[in-house]
Amino acid sequence: MEIALTLLVGCFFTVSIYLLLSKYIIRVLLGVGILGNAVNLLIFTAGRLEREVPPIIPDGNMVPETVTANPLPQALILTAIVISFSFFAFLLVLAFRSYQDLKTDDTENMRFAEPADEPHPPLGY
Amino acid sequence: MSVTLYILMAPFLAALLSPVLIRFLGHRAVWLLALVPAFVFIHLSGYLPTVAAGEAVTGGIQWVPSLGANLSYLIDGLSLTFALLISGIGTLIILYAGGYLSSHPQLGRFVGFLFLFMGSMLWVVMADGLIALFVAWELTSITSFLLIGFDHNRAASRRAAIQALLVTGAGGLSLLAGVVVLNRISGMTELSLLINGGDVVRDSPYYLLALILVLGAAFTKSAQFPFHFWLPNAMEAPTPVSAFLHSATMVKAGVYMLMRLNPVLGDTAVWETVLPLFGIVTLVTATLLAVRQTDLKLMLAYTTVGSLGLLVMLTGFGSERAIEGAVYYLVAHALFKGGLFMVAGIVDHESGTRDIRKLGGLRKAMPITFAAAALAGLSMAGLPPFIGFIAKEEIYAAIGKGDLWSISLTVLAIFGNALMLVIGAALAIKPFLGAKVETPKHAHEGPVLLWLGPLTLSVMGLLSALFASYSNHFIISPMSTAVAGTGIEAHGVVAFHIGLPLLLSLVTIGLGIAIFWKLDTARLIMARVLHIIGWGPDRGFDQVVAGIVRLSVAITRVLQNGRMEAYMTSVFLVFGISVWLSLIHFGELPAWPSFPSMTFYEWGMMLLALLGLIAVLTAYNRLTAIVSLGIQGFAVAVIFMLFGAPDLSFTQFMVETLSVVILALVMTRLTLNKTDRRPMRETVFDFAAALVAGSAFTALLLAVVGVPFDPALSEFFSANSRVIAHGRNIVNVIIVDFRGFDTLGEIAVVMITGLAIIALIRVKQRKPRFEYELEGPDE
Repeated sequence: MEIALTLLVGCFFTVSIYLLLSKYIIRVLLGVGILGNAVNLLIFTAGRLEREVPPIIPDGNMVPETVTANPLPQALILTAIVISFSFFAFLLVLAFRSYQDLKTDDTENMRFAEPADEPHPPLGY
Repeated sequence: MSVTLYILMAPFLAALLSPVLIRFLGHRAVWLLALVPAFVFIHLSGYLPTVAAGEAVTGGIQWVPSLGANLSYLIDGLSLTFALLISGIGTLIILYAGGYLSSHPQLGRFVGFLFLFMGSMLWVVMADGLIALFVAWELTSITSFLLIGFDHNRAASRRAAIQALLVTGAGGLSLLAGVVVLNRISGMTELSLLINGGDVVRDSPYYLLALILVLGAAFTKSAQFPFHFWLPNAMEAPTPVSAFLHSATMVKAGVYMLMRLNPVLGDTAVWETVLPLFGIVTLVTATLLAVRQTDLKLMLAYTTVGSLGLLVMLTGFGSERAIEGAVYYLVAHALFKGGLFMVAGIVDHESGTRDIRKLGGLRKAMPITFAAAALAGLSMAGLPPFIGFIAKEEIYAAIGKGDLWSISLTVLAIFGNALMLVIGAALAIKPFLGAKVETPKHAHEGPVLLWLGPLTLSVMGLLSALFASYSNHFIISPMSTAVAGTGIEAHGVVAFHIGLPLLLSLVTIGLGIAIFWKLDTARLIMARVLHIIGWGPDRGFDQVVAGIVRLSVAITRVLQNGRMEAYMTSVFLVFGISVWLSLIHFGELPAWPSFPSMTFYEWGMMLLALLGLIAVLTAYNRLTAIVSLGIQGFAVAVIFMLFGAPDLSFTQFMVETLSVVILALVMTRLTLNKTDRRPMRETVFDFAAALVAGSAFTALLLAVVGVPFDPALSEFFSANSRVIAHGRNIVNVIIVDFRGFDTLGEIAVVMITGLAIIALIRVKQRKPRFEYELEGPDE
């Protein structure tokens, strides 16, 4: 069962990395969005899969009656989803603002911090 | 901890105190501060009888026991003499600094640096542990850097400071390597043990390596040719620094190292060839260069280099007499050179210039300074009845032998000494005797803080010679014994050795007087010669530094090329390749598992996710791409649902919906390129890189699920969720209870992100502050 998801995780990563390597910020953002899902699926699969039984204790019991899905990766992923969403939102606004200031979404032209014609550092003291 | 250990730490404490004291008490606080080195001096003097009786005292504490590094000290003739010079001259220098920079706003910092140096230097000569020795050695380089660059507003000062740091710092690294090699050869971490086990080192195949590394340290620190250039440049430092570090103490650290390791590394053919050779070349080069100078401090600096050369030569000459001569000369040099530097400082301070051509007839205006200068200058010139004279006689007695090697060394040494005499005489006589020359400032005697130091040192140069039996017994003999490793009884007195030494002395004096007569001509000739040569190691240093800067710029431009996709590609490729390589190298490639049996709707959802991914990739315009992003997101949400994670599923649905909506809202407002156009070559390359990294994740995950699962944590949470945390939804209990603080942190992150987003949006769109050519579709 895990093998299928393993391959799917690989596809998610491949696509997201391919998008991250784009020169256009919007594609990079899409890549970041997919990367979040890829990582979550990775954690989910690494915690092993169990079909259709959520980790919930029935009323009247002190412990789960049957084998349930692994609760630990779920807790981690729940945190991760929220964090990656806020990260995504921040990146989005950053991209928006940088477009407003730099008038481009092509990373080739976004060379404010590292200009191509940076002057030589001084050779003296 | 013994009292001595505390005493050896006292200068560091004084370094902390001095800025505060000087802020509140002004420059007169130096009288108080000078008590610290004075106490060190007095305490260490207490060891004189013990050491003169032939004993060595060790002590200290463990520092890093696992490395065998100890904060231990070794007091024998060699270290005690050095320590007394450092603390004694240090006391005078602290007073002198108070007078010299009395109105400088940063006097406190300056005196603090001096104390830091003094403490480090004391540890260089006192340290028994090899690691402590190295640390102290580096600390002297660093404090020297701080002191040379004290006047950091001047480029020359900064250059000199960096130069000194780089040259002596490189030597420090060499010392570290040398110390490690010595330790590996002998297995010892303490000098006191090492110096008794010299044969092990000399017989080792790594002897030459250890020797080269130690010499690299000693020759850079003691400014031997071709590393001599940093020392004259270090004269950019205020004069108290030049007097203390760059004549009397720090530059002798290299000589100390050679003397200390003489019982270990000495007595071999290499040692007795390399040291005299470098020493004599340094002596002759430096004295010739000294003749060229007109600046008092630079003349002194070059003669210091020459004296260091002489000391190195004598240390490596290989006879006990030579070592005795070296010891005499070392003590004499510390006394007269320290004094002369301080004199030069007073002359500069009170008359406004230190150009020897613009000085003359100051004897009436500055009688005490003149007295100090005359006493020190005569000692430097090697005239009786000063310790400099005894030193010179001993040197000639030691090296005046019949073989060709000795004769050539002697001839060159006579030449160097004659030039030294010229400079000594010039310094002591020219500014003070002759007709009065108008100076930039109206010259008058300096305050007591200024003349106390040089006068004391020059008088000491006289007294140590007049009472030679005492100085021989307490200082010279124990130190020579420690250097040679065998008992030496020094017997130098102020009396003419009838015979060869006297003759050589007379030749030296005659030659010196002849050159002094024609000093101006000699200077012109040297200037002409140097002009013809043109290039020197000093300029070479600049070229090396510029070369390093150019190289690093070139490397930076390759590595940090400002192209984001290049950074990203290298990150992912390195990740992918390293995962694959390590899996293959360690034979951990996962076994191919059997084909999974899954229900059709599970297959369906995975297929849907895959379709979503392909749709994002192939979308012609960005709106389609954004909406396609939703497909894979929802598919993931359903997969969560199918595998027993309803909470994840609901969260995922909400988040994906929001992401798509916000993305569409924001991004469709901008005028952007519609498609992700990449040339074919780039598409193939990027996809290959992505595939390497993506498949690495699959391989890693397969390897993970291939090993048995450890359910300890999950079982704990399942078992205790209701029992101790009273919640039925285990995932929720983990989030809000078991890992509650994690969740708090997570909420904080979300909140901070929200604040950052608000800040980013609220910031008004400004005109860019920089001039930058921008190309955009809507311009």
